Amino acid sequence: MSGWTTHTGLAVALDRENVDTDQLIPARFMSTPRSEGYGDFLLHDMRKNSDGTAVSDFPLNKVPNASILVSRRNFGSGSSREAAVYALVDFGISVVIAPSFGDIFASNSVNNGLLPARVAEADAVAAIAKLADGPQEVSVDLSDKTIRLGNTTLEFTLDDVWQQKLINGWDDIDLTHNHKQAIAAFRAQHVQQMPWAIPVQQNDFRSAGRDTVSQ
Amino acid sequence: MTARRLLDKLWDAHEILRREDGTSLLWVDRHLVHEGSHHAFAKIAERGLPVAEPGLTFGVADHYAPTRGGPATHAIARMIATLEANTAKHGISCFGLDDPRQGIVHVIGPEQGLTLPGLLINCGDSHTSTHGAFGALAFGIGATEVAHVLATQTVWQKKPKAMRINVTGVLGPGVGAKDLALAWIAKLGADGARGHAIEYTGPAVRSLSMEGRMTLCNLSIEGGGRFGMIAPDETTFAYVKGRPFAPNAEDWDRAVEVWSSLASDADSDFEASVTLDASEIAPIVTWGTTPEDALPVTATVPDPARMTGSAAERARNALDYMGLTAGRALTEIVVDQVFIGSCTNARIEDLRAAAVVLAGRRAKVPGIVSPGSQQVKAQAEAEGLDRIFTEAGLDWVGSGCSMCVAMNGDHVEPGKRCASTTNRNFRGRQGRGSRTHLMSPAMVAAAAVTGHLTDVRELLKEREVA
Repeated sequence: MSGWTTHTGLAVALDRENVDTDQLIPARFMSTPRSEGYGDFLLHDMRKNSDGTAVSDFPLNKVPNASILVSRRNFGSGSSREAAVYALVDFGISVVIAPSFGDIFASNSVNNGLLPARVAEADAVAAIAKLADGPQEVSVDLSDKTIRLGNTTLEFTLDDVWQQKLINGWDDIDLTHNHKQAIAAFRAQHVQQMPWAIPVQQNDFRSAGRDTVSQ
Repeated sequence: MTARRLLDKLWDAHEILRREDGTSLLWVDRHLVHEGSHHAFAKIAERGLPVAEPGLTFGVADHYAPTRGGPATHAIARMIATLEANTAKHGISCFGLDDPRQGIVHVIGPEQGLTLPGLLINCGDSHTSTHGAFGALAFGIGATEVAHVLATQTVWQKKPKAMRINVTGVLGPGVGAKDLALAWIAKLGADGARGHAIEYTGPAVRSLSMEGRMTLCNLSIEGGGRFGMIAPDETTFAYVKGRPFAPNAEDWDRAVEVWSSLASDADSDFEASVTLDASEIAPIVTWGTTPEDALPVTATVPDPARMTGSAAERARNALDYMGLTAGRALTEIVVDQVFIGSCTNARIEDLRAAAVVLAGRRAKVPGIVSPGSQQVKAQAEAEGLDRIFTEAGLDWVGSGCSMCVAMNGDHVEPGKRCASTTNRNFRGRQGRGSRTHLMSPAMVAAAAVTGHLTDVRELLKEREVA
């Protein structure tokens, strides 16, 4: 995953609370391999009529090249499906701005380079109002956690760890591999203290797990 | 010494290291994978990484498991085959469709004794908080994190804040864990516990069975809490003892001693604290499109005209989607079908609660009953519950996530209304255009009998007289 520090693109408003991950991608599409692309599934049942034609006045249909989405509280609540993030990313969305996000969704977003930018409720409402007449160009800066929309600058909240992760495009598996000795030592002590940490029928695994970190 | 909470004790026992930025690397004791793990297995395959701890990883087919006959489509069959191939390749035990241990991951983990107090449990599913009912640190993760756990048996996580939901009093007849959960979610909102690990305490929680505790912890995520937990006690130990993967004679006493020390210290502080009185809770149903849209069944459909701002707009949208009229009694809402199942409410106690209402009665609408596991199915059949359901006119089907998530082909048709024991009334959750009303198994049974939302206490009263 490559990192990024600034992003400028067209923003559209999705003026709804609780846009859950079942809406972001309906479950029936989730057996598709990622290589086929998930962008078409994004908000599928809101964007498309049951005959497959586009809902003409739906914001993302009017601005298919949007890369920033502004919405209301509890965006991405519900299911842990990372496919919801894949749908956003594959559609071309880089930033979602909202007053709050589902915890698992936010974590999944950062793991895929998508910024969940938390702003004050009033700022989200004002931004949605500004976008009511059509999309606008918006700039987002991860380094100072600001959003520029027209002549206003909004601040967003983002965990410092996630900020660094997005900027550097860090991969957790690589990071964790640096701690292989600490992990092995922890495992040995943990299993000694709590032998039942290895399920009783899996006693073969009690002495040591497969040491993958060095492989 | 500072008082430590259940969360602190569980966290400390799994923390391998903590970075300067405050993120902990945690050891994962149990990793449960289902068909949705295909993205994660593909990620480790791309990098040529093996699974770090196949002995601590368990697979089960549930999300796409057919409940009647074979897989509905080629794509569904492929999802199940892919899980079986991935687990076989890495030497992971997998409870496939033909395994008598198969069932919904959050039902079979506890049932098999894989879920134990004091463990850290991950699964790529938001309802993993269910396992917290045993005093485990259990939380749902996304596909990237699943790949990380597969490759390292660890997970990076910032410690959440702790919220206590204390429930005093006693739940009334016909009122259960599902009502309790929907009551707090309605009170605090669908994001009320965001950023927090919930610990449920108080006499009403203590008096719940393990099944009830699992229902309560399961729904934590519907109030925004990634973690929900209850300190283990004698009820917990009695449930766990003798389970296939649970510690045996040699380790049991030591385990119970350790588990008994997990409860939050008496003078612990919580970042947030809420108290509910169980005796004030009535059977609850949802009327809208998030679980916070929940009201006592004795209430009326909310009127957006009496609300302000975004709440009014949201309620208007919800009522429009749900096809409901403001001000009408909730009990006037006519349903097209019912569903009893899911990781929330498909355990033996749930089926018994529904059967008590349905025994000797006919359902006015069609519906299916999908037991949470093949073992629950066998147990229910041994008790004759299956006959109560089928004699009432409901379909008794196989085990899996089924109509809760509508991935296996079981779904609600557009515009149809379903009284459901599941966990999400989101738009389209049970199928495009589906209208879901969440409620307890007893309440779903009552709706089946009358054909409309019904206060189950009325039907239970008649039962007592008869």
